[in-house]
Amino acid sequence: MAGQTHSKGYDVIVIGAGHNGLVTAAYLARAGQKVLVLEAGDQPGGTAQTREFAPGFRVSAVAHILQALHPKVIGDLDLERHGLKPHANRIGTSALLPGGGRIDITDDPVATHDSIAKFSAADAAAWHPRMERLNRIAGALGTFLTKTPPSPSPSANDFQTRLALGMFALQLRLMGKKDMLELSRILTINVADLANDFFESDVVKGLLGFEATLGVYLGPRSPNTVFNLLYRLATLSPKHGLGGLHLPQGGMGGVIAALVKAAEARGVTIRTQAPVDHILIERERAVGVVLANGEEIRAPIIASSADPQRTLLKMVQPGNLDTEFLRRMRHLRMNGCVAKVHLALDALPGALAQAQGRMVVAPSTNHVERAFDCAKYGRVSDHPALEIVIPTLADPTLAPKGKHVASILYQYAPYKLRATTPDEARAQVLDRTLATLEEVAPGTRHAVTASEVLVPHDLESRFNLSGGQWHHGEVTLDQVFFLRPAASFQQYRMPLPGLWLCGAGAHPGGNVSGAAGANAAREIIKDLKQGHANRGAA
Amino acid sequence: MGNANGENRTGGNRYDAIVIGGGHNGLTTAAYLAKGGEAQGKNKLKVLVLERYHKVGGAAMSEEIYPGFTYSTCSYVCSLLRPEIIRFLDLPRHGLQVIPYEINSSPNPEGEGIVTYSDHDRTRESLRRHSIKDAEAYDHYAAEISRQCRFIKPLLMVTPPDPTQINPFAQNKINPWGKRTDLEGLLKIAAEFGRMGEKQMYEIIRFWTMSIGDFLDEYFETPRWKGFAAASSIIGTALGPYSPGTAYVLLHHYMGEVDGQIGAWGFARGGMGAVSKAIASAATEAGVEIRTNAEVDKVIVRNGKCVGVALRNGEEIYARTVVSNADPKRTYLKLIEKSDLDAIDPDIHAYATNFKIRGSSGKLNIALDGLPQFAGLPKESAWGTVDIGGDFDYIERAFDDYKYGSWSKRPFLDIVIPTTVDPTMTPPGKHFMSVFVQYVPYKLAEQPWSPEMKAAFEKDVLDTIEMNAPGFKKLILHCQTRTPWDIENEVGLTEGNIFQGELTLDQMLFNRPFPGLGQYRGPFDGFYMCGSGTHPGGGVMGAPGANAAREMLKDFKHGVV
Amino acid sequence: MTHVQHLKPFLKKTPFYEPMSALMHGAGWIRWQGYYSPAFYDSVQSEYFAARNGATVYDVSPLIKYAIRGRDAAKFANYLVTRDLGKIKPMNAAYTAWCDDDGRMIEEGTIFRLGENEFLLNAALHQLHWLHESAYGFAVEIEEVSEQLAGLSLQGPTSRLILEQLGVQGIGKLPHFGILETTIDGKWLRIDRAGFTGDLGYEIWVKPQDALWLWESLFRIGDPYKISPMGGHALEMTRIEAGFILVDVDYIGAHHALRPTQRVSPFEAGIGWAVALKKDSYFVGKRALQKEKAQGTSRFILSGVEIEGRKPAPGAFLYADQKGTKELGLTTSAMWSPLLKKNLAFAQLPAAYAKPGTEMWIEIWYPKEKKIERSMVRCWTRNRMFFDPPRKKEIV
Repeated sequence: MAGQTHSKGYDVIVIGAGHNGLVTAAYLARAGQKVLVLEAGDQPGGTAQTREFAPGFRVSAVAHILQALHPKVIGDLDLERHGLKPHANRIGTSALLPGGGRIDITDDPVATHDSIAKFSAADAAAWHPRMERLNRIAGALGTFLTKTPPSPSPSANDFQTRLALGMFALQLRLMGKKDMLELSRILTINVADLANDFFESDVVKGLLGFEATLGVYLGPRSPNTVFNLLYRLATLSPKHGLGGLHLPQGGMGGVIAALVKAAEARGVTIRTQAPVDHILIERERAVGVVLANGEEIRAPIIASSADPQRTLLKMVQPGNLDTEFLRRMRHLRMNGCVAKVHLALDALPGALAQAQGRMVVAPSTNHVERAFDCAKYGRVSDHPALEIVIPTLADPTLAPKGKHVASILYQYAPYKLRATTPDEARAQVLDRTLATLEEVAPGTRHAVTASEVLVPHDLESRFNLSGGQWHHGEVTLDQVFFLRPAASFQQYRMPLPGLWLCGAGAHPGGNVSGAAGANAAREIIKDLKQGHANRGAA
Repeated sequence: MGNANGENRTGGNRYDAIVIGGGHNGLTTAAYLAKGGEAQGKNKLKVLVLERYHKVGGAAMSEEIYPGFTYSTCSYVCSLLRPEIIRFLDLPRHGLQVIPYEINSSPNPEGEGIVTYSDHDRTRESLRRHSIKDAEAYDHYAAEISRQCRFIKPLLMVTPPDPTQINPFAQNKINPWGKRTDLEGLLKIAAEFGRMGEKQMYEIIRFWTMSIGDFLDEYFETPRWKGFAAASSIIGTALGPYSPGTAYVLLHHYMGEVDGQIGAWGFARGGMGAVSKAIASAATEAGVEIRTNAEVDKVIVRNGKCVGVALRNGEEIYARTVVSNADPKRTYLKLIEKSDLDAIDPDIHAYATNFKIRGSSGKLNIALDGLPQFAGLPKESAWGTVDIGGDFDYIERAFDDYKYGSWSKRPFLDIVIPTTVDPTMTPPGKHFMSVFVQYVPYKLAEQPWSPEMKAAFEKDVLDTIEMNAPGFKKLILHCQTRTPWDIENEVGLTEGNIFQGELTLDQMLFNRPFPGLGQYRGPFDGFYMCGSGTHPGGGVMGAPGANAAREMLKDFKHGVV
Repeated sequence: MTHVQHLKPFLKKTPFYEPMSALMHGAGWIRWQGYYSPAFYDSVQSEYFAARNGATVYDVSPLIKYAIRGRDAAKFANYLVTRDLGKIKPMNAAYTAWCDDDGRMIEEGTIFRLGENEFLLNAALHQLHWLHESAYGFAVEIEEVSEQLAGLSLQGPTSRLILEQLGVQGIGKLPHFGILETTIDGKWLRIDRAGFTGDLGYEIWVKPQDALWLWESLFRIGDPYKISPMGGHALEMTRIEAGFILVDVDYIGAHHALRPTQRVSPFEAGIGWAVALKKDSYFVGKRALQKEKAQGTSRFILSGVEIEGRKPAPGAFLYADQKGTKELGLTTSAMWSPLLKKNLAFAQLPAAYAKPGTEMWIEIWYPKEKKIERSMVRCWTRNRMFFDPPRKKEIV
């Protein structure tokens, strides 16, 4: 129906039915808005969906561990009533060592202590107090996950934002002077140094190094990596996340199913296979969208959960935004460096079955650093650091009876390759994953009956993630808070009137948390209430 | 030794202040104290400087290592020395002459090198030979750097306010006026920030946290030019061009000035020792007593109060205050007893232990029979700095070697030949070449630094120069090579770190040297720090020394010491 | 011995350097964007009066010129600048500003529309970086063509007669800001009717190899029409009389400002008329400028001021009262006009004082026999275009 203008009278169009898009849609519908969600793919969920990768084998397509879903989002949207069991299948972490050793980090402090003590008594004793302090500091920072970032120029903020800023300052004060000083010391440093300050054994340092670099194009010796660690720890706090790691029932798609129900229960319309080609602009305002098939749909508010580059460089056509702003968008650091590997397994090798539900292969700081060195020169890591989960241990229905699925993150497989083609990268990732697995879990190779590799290029083409960066832009100090996605536009409102950003490219960034979507919805509603909503003519 | 410096606590010979270490900052503190501060008040103090070497200067030193040739043995160019200090101490009258140079270049064995000039039109013409786009972007880049410098400059000569002290209810034992001054200081910075406008505020925040690689990528396309422009960002650091935080280090090298020309660098006539010599002369004139060959062994603390120092030879000297120009690690882990620290706060020892002070730079001082010709460069380039390097990969690979405990096989080199301008350092027609080498570790991964290792290191550096200046090796008359290990042992800088502590965000402003001790005061009454390990950090700047003196004088005035 | 002895001279010579040099009596060169440019030849006064009495020739070759071509050229150019180029027909020029995101002026200058999708932007500062940045997403090619053209600005009441004598057909019908291209003696010429003196005048562009022919022809033909070469000093006087602002003199280019708060908008620079807020497409800075206009947040307007007496008043403060208690603003350019016999200046004035005729006071410090003295005199807001003869736009 090319060219036809639908006049169903939507108040809001949300671009993308990823978790943030659905959260924004559900919140806005809850506030009485008529919302249409447009999804390019054949099912909602974006990177948080569950897909079949081999006959009978299903897996969380990209994100595979649930930890960050914000309790406020769960409560506000009644997700538990819509079928979500957020706290089911809690897992611990095992650091696997080549040759068979491992440490287990679980909720049981005594067992964790004993497990680390096999490698270092000092580290065993230090683990709990050190991590406790980091968690405390991260928890204070976590307060801001659900707040709108203020402007550094105080007069530019409204009362609500100033109040939030004040609360945040208070929160920091309440940490006490010592913790505050510690925060100022560690916020910008590199995790290799932090690990050296705290611990002595390679295995513990390697684990910390991995946790701090997962999802960013940085190595353990790069400054600012402790920030990434704190960011992850913040979402692990029960106040700002689920309090631990979980393997969701039905894969990450289970979370999406609940969100879809919650949204639809409030009257949200979700259309799949409806890719937006560009945003319709009239008199310099966003007034709707044009789909790839030419169909035009209008609404006074457009909220995009696509990444900032896709939204502002592709969907907004040239000549509608300012030069410096576009430059900032072009230079967002979006070099995805994680590949996803899915293995269909006949049987589960012992080493994978006995460990905790989440396994990490990062035996030392240097191991991770050398893996990063490869990425630095545009190559896939020779010896990767891996995160492995076996979702079938929590939900056997994801594979045929008795069989298993391994879902693996491969760090680093950079989007910016130099002499390697994406096809070669894909083969290298699989090859090196299996080789690494063979070292820590012998027998894995023989159990593999099917496999799938998604390098960042695949993440870009399949899930429309620019640069294959699944946080919609790295979460590093120069790209967070009031600098996300760009200075002066941190409050979800984009420079084009009527256009809002509600995905991970806005504060507070990635993870299946729903925080960005919820914050964006709050700002949109605030705007609607104030009566100068970006609707109608200027 | 039984002299009047003994236990005579009320005697006339007792000093108001003892400065540990006669580096340029220690001497600056001494001179300021003896003059009674900028106001030249009546508080003229009796000051003693104790230097372990046979002459003052520390890392700002000129020495005749090869007959007839004076070397700037460590630091080699001058820009950061604050104009306020030069004027207050009247250093030109004491013999300081800084001659600015106007060229920076990078040779290229395979083609045309890169040359920039202090004249922007000339620079643009020069860059156009590589890329019109880059030549045109250069103005924008230079303007942005100037904007960033504008913000940082007013912060240099002030005591950094400590945000954790801004609490009307907090008791602050260390600094009873902290509450008020910190709030004022913070407001001052906020006001400075406000004048920038919101837009520039964001740019500053972003700039301080980003990598120079990302910053340059936003402007330029030519790989070699970007590698060259990144040079100042990695000098003296344990970081690569894509490490976040390196953009700030660039600023640290651009915020200097010669005669108000921001970012200009110059040669001190007679070598960098001329700087120390002039400050020492000003200090002596003001009544400061300088003792060389007097190594301090311990800081004496009694009842939580610092009362003096003990020398290596057993002599004890008492004073109302002690100020250390030594680096924070040496000061807190070697000169001060752990038990004294722990009695105040056990965390301080941990801070000192965790203080990041990795050395990463070596130095070759070379006597030359004539002027070398660098590949792909005009002759005039020898009159300024010549950087041997390449694109970001070149620097990253050099950094990789260092990360895993070896010197860079193909290092980045910052070369100057001050004798192109300075007629006093060598016989006529001969030259002194200073080669700064990045990266060199303090400790090798496999084995300790040995003469063989040092020779291998030296060979790699000389080979790298030869590649970029064919025929260079034939000109060598003498070569002195210093690794960070040597720099620690000979100059006293822990791990050979030229900044007395890495210039990363976590160790800057109120966190320099340690969180909670960022205002020049130590944990004991009467104990202070004045070296590059304090705000605003390294380089021959003198600002830490002047700032420390100001804080000390405040305490004298208020009767705290 | 310093490195200076090893530096090769790098200032470039325009194709007119030799004939200009031959006429120069003193060391009259100044630098303009890396080129030798004449400040004066002999007498600034005679050059100035030649401009108002006969015709003057000024070398405009160093002007930086960017060719903008391609499928989206019209769209892009209209996005780049504040004027509505949709209203400018091919072979016409327009004076315009271009701004950054915040609606702060990067520079102003003329843009030639040579075809539907072919433009030439003339700038005093290097703009390629900004043009490239702005062109993201547009199908355009941007090329600096500065050295492909040599140009002379022929200005003054007799300028048209000279061009007629040179054999330029239809020059009398060429409208103000019109462009024509023609061939004379087998040489290609492009002539636009614009200039920096506020008088009747033209800019003549030729291929560099024809530069000497142009120079020689103009002076040969122009002799009875009182033609004279002119340097930058005399040009400065004429441009103030004409009310033309100059980047980094009357306002600071947005990319040069060290403090972003020093940047100015076109409204503040007194060229609000060149901002087409009603243009039916977006241009860089439009939202910011709309906001400035709607909220009235312009801090000042650069206006013309006529001052009592004849003491030039550059960098002088203006006050609302004789005592000097209420400061209003600062002059940016100032001169005594030998033609108008008036003491003129441009000044940044609050909007309330920008209405012509408003009386204010100005504090002038001036040298008097090796002493600096102060005087506080009256001054009045005036239309900045002090000199605007009908012949400037006249068609014959």
